[in-house]
Amino acid sequence: MSADQIAPHRESDIAREVALATETRTPLAIEGNGSKRALLRPVQAARTLSTRNLTGITLYRPTELIISARAGTPLPEIEAALAGKGQMLAPEPPDTRALFGADLPATIGGIVATNLSGPRRITAGAIRDHLMGIRFVNGAGEVVRSGGRVLKNVTGLDLCKLLAGSHGTLGVLTEVTLKVLPAAETSASLGIRVPDIATGVKALSAGLGSPYGVTGAALIPAFCGPDGPANHVAFLRLEDFAESVAYRGARLAEALAPYGDLRMLEAEESTALWAAIRDAQPLGAGDAEAIWRVSVRPSAGPGVAAAAQAAGARCLLDWGGGLVWIAGPATEAMHAAVVAVAAAARGAFTLFRAPEPLRAAVAVLPEEPAALAAIGARVKAALDPAGVLNPGRMRAGL
Amino acid sequence: MIALPKPKPEVLARRDEIVAALRAIVPGEGTISEPLRLKPYETDGLTAYRMPPLAVVLPTTTAQVAAVMRYCHQHGIRVVPRGAGTSLSGGALPLEDAVVIGLMRMNRILEVDFEDRLAVVEAGVTNLGITKAVEHEGFFYAPDPSSQLACMIGGNVNMNSGGAHCLKYGVTANNLLGLTFVTPTGEIVQVGGAHLDAAGYDWLGLMTGSEGQLGIVTEVTVRILRGPEGARAMLAAFKGTEIAGQAVDAIIGSGIIPVALEFMDKPCIHACEAFAHAGYPLDAEAMLIIEVEGSEAEQDSLLAKIKEICARFDPISLKVAQTAEESVAIWKGRKGAFGAVGRISPDYLCMDGTIPTGELPGVLKRIGEMSEQYGLKVANVFHAGDGNLHPLIMFDANDPESFRKAEAFGADILKLCVEVGGCLTGEHGVGVEKRDLMGVQFARHELDQQRRIKTAFDPAWLLNPHKVFPLEDAAA
Ligand SMILES: Cc1cc2nc3c(=O)[nH]c(=O)nc-3n(C[C@H](O)[C@H](O)[C@H](O)COP(=O)(O)OP(=O)(O)OC[C@H]3O[C@@H](n4cnc5c(N)ncnc54)[C@H](O)[C@@H]3O)c2cc1C
Repeated sequence: MSADQIAPHRESDIAREVALATETRTPLAIEGNGSKRALLRPVQAARTLSTRNLTGITLYRPTELIISARAGTPLPEIEAALAGKGQMLAPEPPDTRALFGADLPATIGGIVATNLSGPRRITAGAIRDHLMGIRFVNGAGEVVRSGGRVLKNVTGLDLCKLLAGSHGTLGVLTEVTLKVLPAAETSASLGIRVPDIATGVKALSAGLGSPYGVTGAALIPAFCGPDGPANHVAFLRLEDFAESVAYRGARLAEALAPYGDLRMLEAEESTALWAAIRDAQPLGAGDAEAIWRVSVRPSAGPGVAAAAQAAGARCLLDWGGGLVWIAGPATEAMHAAVVAVAAAARGAFTLFRAPEPLRAAVAVLPEEPAALAAIGARVKAALDPAGVLNPGRMRAGL
Repeated sequence: MIALPKPKPEVLARRDEIVAALRAIVPGEGTISEPLRLKPYETDGLTAYRMPPLAVVLPTTTAQVAAVMRYCHQHGIRVVPRGAGTSLSGGALPLEDAVVIGLMRMNRILEVDFEDRLAVVEAGVTNLGITKAVEHEGFFYAPDPSSQLACMIGGNVNMNSGGAHCLKYGVTANNLLGLTFVTPTGEIVQVGGAHLDAAGYDWLGLMTGSEGQLGIVTEVTVRILRGPEGARAMLAAFKGTEIAGQAVDAIIGSGIIPVALEFMDKPCIHACEAFAHAGYPLDAEAMLIIEVEGSEAEQDSLLAKIKEICARFDPISLKVAQTAEESVAIWKGRKGAFGAVGRISPDYLCMDGTIPTGELPGVLKRIGEMSEQYGLKVANVFHAGDGNLHPLIMFDANDPESFRKAEAFGADILKLCVEVGGCLTGEHGVGVEKRDLMGVQFARHELDQQRRIKTAFDPAWLLNPHKVFPLEDAAA
């Protein structure tokens, strides 16, 4: 964090600060509560602009499946309001406080800006899929709206998707509108002890390719963490009305019996398990270790896991095998190994957490081909002409 | 009537030379310049507007698309991409000095992978063609626009099309993994892939729904899903639109998200019944079609819950399909709605605004008043779960005054949608049709922001320059 921190209470003040920064060419670090400050590359900025004082739910219509909140609203506040009406944010964003050693919870703006989604992403979609509208301040200090407060909207270019996952480099989100869904009446999970990771991912694929509406598909390898299980275990989650969960659980167990010994986890155990997977707890990442997220086609997951293990790291597979969380030594050699395995699988990596020297030294996201990088630089300039918003956060020099 | 940009005289003058150059890239039948053979390309689903292009090319490879784009870029020639030409907003309308790039010959399915639940297809594969290629394993491609027999995945991506089942399965944007596209300057770019949430800016998301403004899509990687065990529909008819709206709220409030939740008003019920004889109650002011999925027992239980909820709103009729055939019968009228309205009036404009669902009764009342004021009939179908409203405005195309009135009526409805907190278009796109209304939804500087992003992709504004953005922007 830089010494000079401003946290306006009004959108118009944020707009003024950004306009001033552009006028004076003063880079700004953009954050909410700063809970993910250690994500991606360190930002070189003398000044930090925080949205943490821009709080409050501005609209919640349960029957219209819509919630709007100012960007600095803490995620737990939103989740509590939704739970009060039996609803939820379907992409179940992770609580990364433990991973990043943060005291304060994530803000909703930060969740959208990082497009961070949990296990249900595999079937329910990512945060960006549920983002219906935004207000943001662009580099020129203008307040710009995109999308709206309705569930279907194709009017104009979709800046919601562009801003989601742009890590504060294209604009400062000031308000977001998200689609919400009813929370299921109950859930249960099937745990399958599998002989190897490839068999486990095949079991996850079979579950996801079944008509039973699986909403989570993860695999905890035996070498996952210091307290890893004795065997590799594949987990599949069902969420629905109780009678449906009971019926589908039985059918799924029947279909997946050939893959290994089965165990049913009832609601409470199941809920705790998926919260842990969502937050990557099974990795048990040590303070000095780095963490990567590698996204590949699910069938390539076992290869990524094997290569990571061979390079001296541990992992956890989610999204049916398509998301591999890796924890290992925070060295450039380990990073190079992850980059290579992601490239070989034609997937993407994110250096999710690392000590600052490593984050500053390496590319934390895959390089883009020249034609796309050129468009990217022009799009960045179209939104942030002076390059003052989170410079260097995603890529060096941008 | 909507104005089009002035053709570039220097391009029109070099027509023969341009056609020869295109023919060198896409030989034989793949380059079309004879006036008679250009005719099928002069309009799309918005048939009130017509304009034959300079020429049409029908490439068969991404490399050919790139070569055509490079040539057009070098020579300052405008380009209009085209899929099946079913756009209802004039999205595929050509320009006199433009080359139309039609993707219909790029219609190969390149890969299907059931384990990874994806298919890689060329842009000219039809929407239904994808499902046809995977249904033998019980899979399907979820977004199902009513035009799915004809419309192509490249068009779906560019319009971010939805369908009757998008309440549960989402629209096109939620069902994509990757794209190959050619930039306006002729470079081939891949975004996304076979994996979820590619790191970096969400180019896939920005391209989706961009209405052919940012690039020409040549290949698409889509997610395919395993179908449910079964599905069944029910029909619920009510005495008033307000009551029907309350029933919708109560269903969603109970924690049930049906796969489809369709609403029809009285004129629409009558038109559909006369056409399809589906047994719709003619005394109802509003009717819902509600579909659920799952095993037989799950369907029974969900339908029973929904029936119980609807029963609280004094329904005129509640009919739960007992078999798949009865379900088809309930859907028959709704699926034929456009055709049914077409029988009453040969010409109609299909509008496409979205409103917060709670605003429905008030909006329908205002539309009814406008209908009287303009002296034009209107029937309303509504995706009730997500607020997407389709008023069908009936007019007489042989009477220019009637068409002018229909356009004005349509514009008033869309302004109303924005006024109550909704938007100009839920799934049909802005195209040329709603281009001049963009200022109703967006402030000047917001349009400028979008325009600068278009410029970042297409510095010379050669790609579809007469759509989406008010004309003065394209000229600028
Ligand atoms: C009877 C009927 C029912 C309909 N029902 C629905 C519905 O339920 N839901 C819905 O959402 N829509 C519906 N539509 C509208 C229309 O079918 C969709 O917009 C569809 O996605 C258009 O696909 P297309 O292949 O016909 O594209 P076109 O009409 O050819 O083109 C659409 C737009 O995309 C651009 N484009 C096309 N292909 C490419 C490409 N490969 N690269 C770049 N740009 C491209 C064009 O320039 C144009 O702007 C309906 C239309 C009709 C006629």
